[in-house]
Amino acid sequence: MRALKTAILSAALALGIAGAAQASEGVHIPKQSWPHSGIFGTIDKAAAQRGFQIYKEVCSACHSMHLVPIRTLAGIGFKEDELKALAAGYEVQAGPNDAGEMFMRPGIPADRFPSPFPNDQAARVANNGALPPDLSLMAKARVGGEDYLYAFLTGFGEPPPDVHIMDGMNYNKVFPGHQVGMPNILQPDGVAFADGTKATVEQQAHDVATFLTFVAEPHLDARKQMGVKVILFLLVLAGLMYAAKRKLWSTLH
Amino acid sequence: MAQVQATKFKNPVVNWIDSRLPIFTMLDHEYNHYPMPRNVNYLWAFGAIAGIMLVIMIATGLFLAMQYSSHTSLAFNSVERIMRDVNYGWLLRYVHANGASMFFIAVYIHMFRGMYYGSYKAPREILWILGVIIFLVMMGTAFMGYVLPWGQMSFWGATVITNLFSAFPIVGDPIVTLLWGGFSVDNPTLNRFFALHFLLPFVLLGLVILHTAALHVCGSNNPLGIEPKGPQDTVPFNPYVTVKDGFAVVIFLIIYAVFVFFMPNYMGHPDNYIPANPLVTPAHIVPEWYFLPFYAMLRAIPDKLGGVLAMFGSIALLAFLPWLDRSKIRSCKFRPIYRQFFWILAIDALILGYAGSQPAEGSWLLIARIGTAYYFFHFLILLPLLGKLERTPPLPTSISESVLKGGGGIAAGAHAKPMEKA
Repeated sequence: MRALKTAILSAALALGIAGAAQASEGVHIPKQSWPHSGIFGTIDKAAAQRGFQIYKEVCSACHSMHLVPIRTLAGIGFKEDELKALAAGYEVQAGPNDAGEMFMRPGIPADRFPSPFPNDQAARVANNGALPPDLSLMAKARVGGEDYLYAFLTGFGEPPPDVHIMDGMNYNKVFPGHQVGMPNILQPDGVAFADGTKATVEQQAHDVATFLTFVAEPHLDARKQMGVKVILFLLVLAGLMYAAKRKLWSTLH
Repeated sequence: MAQVQATKFKNPVVNWIDSRLPIFTMLDHEYNHYPMPRNVNYLWAFGAIAGIMLVIMIATGLFLAMQYSSHTSLAFNSVERIMRDVNYGWLLRYVHANGASMFFIAVYIHMFRGMYYGSYKAPREILWILGVIIFLVMMGTAFMGYVLPWGQMSFWGATVITNLFSAFPIVGDPIVTLLWGGFSVDNPTLNRFFALHFLLPFVLLGLVILHTAALHVCGSNNPLGIEPKGPQDTVPFNPYVTVKDGFAVVIFLIIYAVFVFFMPNYMGHPDNYIPANPLVTPAHIVPEWYFLPFYAMLRAIPDKLGGVLAMFGSIALLAFLPWLDRSKIRSCKFRPIYRQFFWILAIDALILGYAGSQPAEGSWLLIARIGTAYYFFHFLILLPLLGKLERTPPLPTSISESVLKGGGGIAAGAHAKPMEKA
């Protein structure tokens, strides 16, 4: 038995799939109800705007979102002048100028969201060795998608007595391994929403997850709306094809 | 073939071209006059569906290639640029990515249909072998396509699969170095995979043309597995099968559209939305779902070379199917014992697929081993034996007798109708 195990293990190692042996633990991620799920679902723009506010005031201190141009926010209801004002609030490096020097200029909507750190190493140094991942695709890059993000953001707390947490790490119910460098960052009333929504941790987690779903898939609404039209068209076409087929083949019998 | 028939077509332009290059005569012959057994069922539509999938993949792939950058530092972001900024880029990419899965679904059904109705038997052996080659080239194309977005699964999948070749003694390592263009999966690997991923679909197209040419020599098989004896047993391909296949294609496209528009990432892996990182191995490397049964066989053998040989052998074995199956009866309809083993094989393939998606340990490893052993047992022992031992009921004397219970009308007129429009 031991020999067999060794053989399997070495075969697995040889194939470079040793990681497969340590399968991720099966943490149950409860499904939330999202206005953007389902065939006719669309992004809840108010929630996504609140989510953006949280991103701007909380997440963006550590997390980049470098694939997303600022103009993308037009998709959740930002007007052109609002986008220009928002973009102008960021400093973007440009250049070189005629003197051969790089300089800072105010952002424009076509710029991508500036990253909080110049590179990964700088990010690690500032975060106790952990690298805060880029958020551009976060909603598509984790098993469970936005449900996982919600469960993660609401999953911080005191560790069970049998779990030892290393220095500088934090306990999280759903994070693989249950130890994460990120602290429990969402606090009740940690942000003040302009629309008067009460900023509970659950509300914030929901709004951030909605916003991250939008930035990971900015064409989600257009995609579903086109899908409904395409499938309606194909259903009609299928009906016509079937009728034609029946009529034609009836002459054979 | 090159007879000049001055008045064959009504349209003078068509006629002028046809008398110089008889493509219309050829199409007329191959489609308006091609006799299809009148009893073919909807499973016969999957050949046409697979052909349409190939065209969709080439068309969407061409436009994706115009926006894609095959450099490790640009590839991931260029795919995201397609998703975000290129007009309808998200549509092109989702149609292409899900198209690969739908192409494999169509081809797997097409293959199992051929196995159920004995379509590989004489005189269709070359037709079948061309199909096996198409399947192999398809697998290579799909694998290299999955590497192009340069996500975590792209990178680590490429590492695992290319490393397989190192199992071969002597030639193994040089082959791997050649595949990589260096000493690890890196920029040269991505570049050559992109070039090959662009080339191979056209090789596929050529193979499909040969596959169709071979089909049109001996004609289509049918659910009864007996040859048509005359026009009472067949219908002209066009319009009868054109419209029937057309209906099947539209139904298939509806299912395809559900994936593209409402669950576009269902068949993908979330890790591929994380940029490739050679320093971080994903917890669980899995290939795309259509490779899972073969991946299970690879991992089932506790020896690297053995696993690689089992995996390639399982596909190579299919090419020998016409000679492994000794039975003279084609269709499972008239093979009561083999029919049951056919379904056991189909279930075996599904179980292997599921086992391939699980970590290779514990009971799933055991199940994968039993499944692998059964797969080879089916082809190497069961099939040759059954051909000798199985008692089969008498075959019907003709298709029309079986289908129409006493003869029906010949597909009136359609045979003689020339192609009216070009």
